[in-house]
Amino acid sequence: MIETQVASPLAEATDDNTLIVDDLHVDVGGKEILAGVHLEVRAGEIHALLGPNGSGKSTLAYTIAGHPKYEVTQGRILWRGVNLLELSADERAKLGVFLAFQYPTAIPGVSVANFLRLAVKSVLGDTPAVEFRRRMRATMNDLRMDDKFATRYLNEGFSGGEKKRAEILQLAMLKPRLAILDETDSGLDIDAMRIVADGVNRLKNPQMGVMIITHYNRFLNYIKPDRVHILHQGRIVQSGGQELAEHLERVGYDALLKEVGSRGN
Amino acid sequence: MAIDHLTINENYTEKFGFHDAADYVGDAPRGLNPDIVKQISDRKGEPTWMTEFRLQSLRYYNQRPMPAWGADLSGIDFDSIYYYLKPSQKKARSWEDVPDAIKKTFDRLGIPEAERKFLAGVSAQYESEVVYHSIRKDLEEKGVIFTDTDTALREHPDLFRQYWATVIPSNDNKFAALNSAVWSGGSFIWVPPGVHIEIPLQAYFRINVENMGQFERTLIICEPGSYVHYVEGCTAPTYSSDSLHSAVVEIIVKEGARCRYTTIQNWSNNVYNLVTKRAQAFREATMEWVDCNLGSKVTMKYPAIYLMEPGAKGETLSVAFAGPGQHQDAGAKMVHVAPHTSSQIISKSISKAGGRTSYRGHLAIYRDAENVSANVSCDALLIDDRSRSDTYPYMDIEAERVAISHEATVSKVGEEQLFYLQSRGLGAEEATTMIVNGFIEPVVKELPMEYAVEMNRLIQLEMEGSVG
Repeated sequence: MIETQVASPLAEATDDNTLIVDDLHVDVGGKEILAGVHLEVRAGEIHALLGPNGSGKSTLAYTIAGHPKYEVTQGRILWRGVNLLELSADERAKLGVFLAFQYPTAIPGVSVANFLRLAVKSVLGDTPAVEFRRRMRATMNDLRMDDKFATRYLNEGFSGGEKKRAEILQLAMLKPRLAILDETDSGLDIDAMRIVADGVNRLKNPQMGVMIITHYNRFLNYIKPDRVHILHQGRIVQSGGQELAEHLERVGYDALLKEVGSRGN
Repeated sequence: MAIDHLTINENYTEKFGFHDAADYVGDAPRGLNPDIVKQISDRKGEPTWMTEFRLQSLRYYNQRPMPAWGADLSGIDFDSIYYYLKPSQKKARSWEDVPDAIKKTFDRLGIPEAERKFLAGVSAQYESEVVYHSIRKDLEEKGVIFTDTDTALREHPDLFRQYWATVIPSNDNKFAALNSAVWSGGSFIWVPPGVHIEIPLQAYFRINVENMGQFERTLIICEPGSYVHYVEGCTAPTYSSDSLHSAVVEIIVKEGARCRYTTIQNWSNNVYNLVTKRAQAFREATMEWVDCNLGSKVTMKYPAIYLMEPGAKGETLSVAFAGPGQHQDAGAKMVHVAPHTSSQIISKSISKAGGRTSYRGHLAIYRDAENVSANVSCDALLIDDRSRSDTYPYMDIEAERVAISHEATVSKVGEEQLFYLQSRGLGAEEATTMIVNGFIEPVVKELPMEYAVEMNRLIQLEMEGSVG
């Protein structure tokens, strides 16, 4: 296959699937949301990012994925040896960065299958149509999605659970090297959460780094994180193992933030 | 180079230094007067009633003012137009004269060689004779008449005269009057009672250059219980050095019959495309217009359906795409004459790079037309801030028990939609194209398969270079 869109930073990317977020400051609409985030996610690791509303969790996710609304004022994001900040969102996707959206947007008139076909082609290169369909069906089956789902218009009229499953379907089809799950558990009932978590666990592999953004510890009972970080007022104020998430669940944000000496509101 | 495809839709004469028509038409006179109209009729050897009809139409044309309520028509120079050229006079353009941009688009769309020459006006014949021959045989066995309109007047004079200009009288509007005075070519279709024509009948089967002439005239009669799907035009750019295209299409759909008329027009961007299309649907009959307008400088076209008797159904689906310097003033007209009739209008328009689209709709429900349902839905999509879209919905509702819904939306290609698709690896242009194709999908899915595929590819070409 001939790669038609090889920009030089893409060509320079290494196979070391390490994400380094270094002193990241981000403004949204002139207001500083991230105020110096440091984070390192290596291949095969699962990191959980917790924090109260407005702490900057989604901002970090969107900034890594390359949303133009988020303005980086300081710091850098290194991924596979490349400065991601120099790349457009689609170039980042081609380097294996994937964001599962909290609120995926509807694309009326575009079927899930047609969209996936083009997305897979863009990220992984062309595959024969038969092979693509076989893989899509098998993945949908794993996620307990009806075959008819493939012909529906992307995210249009989807229930909350269907949207989240569609995001995991895309994650599975695009085989990213870095998967960021932005509150993928929110709005899911317990059964749906288990299906989604099983999906993520199946996809987990030594080559892929995972960052799970969540409000609750509940999701982390299904997907065991290697590292847990607490984000508050645009900074990571505490990091630890899974016991940190369990502790947070017991005492709540206010108490935990007091313990770590950060000024809570 | 992407830019070549974009400039297809800009003024040819300036951009590509095209020869003026005078270089090859010899002694044919410009402008319009009774002598020219008589000459047209004489050359065709028409009966006296048609000559009289043409001359009367010319008087109507001269009496009527230019319509001032729609698109700007002040750029048309009526005195410089050739109102009739013999096919032999039309053939003189050479392939070398066809702009490279058009040729490249043919390549990209995969248009066969013979068809390219026809579309570019180089050859007078599209050599699909073999395909057409077997279709024609099948149609003849079923008793279907499918011919060009001039031939129909000669070979089926009584049938012709019975229906001619009964749906659109020659004084209906200025451009219908003009067409009535100088018409040439077009299709004539008569479908016998109960006959279903399974394959879509396509205009270009008819291997006749006049089919794509300036003033073509089409008449379709569906006898009770019959079905026909007629397809005119194609997605490839139709190069024309004629600056005015003014067609008239009349359709009669009798009891229990169904007719679908699909148009995909992509005129080159020097063309004023001013078309009158109207159908009458009788008891339990269904009429459907599927109308896709991509090219031209100005299009004014509002396919109409008159629902004449109870149980009649009308549906109009339309797509309009306006690029730089283009104004697509299109829409639909539904007239509920009888009770228990239903209609639906779905209109999708896209404007980019300063293009302008207008939806102009007219919904009329007559006084005694109770128990009528009518749905209108028109959506406009703007690709950028420079483009424009307007909606002019008119309603005259005289009956009381009617169910009407009207929805209109204007949206911009959203930043969130673009980011979502880009985060899945699609480039900005691919993402925009996908959003636009999704937007028109409700109409495109109604097109015959090969047209739907071409339509999506054409949108892709139109979007090239449009995203910075």
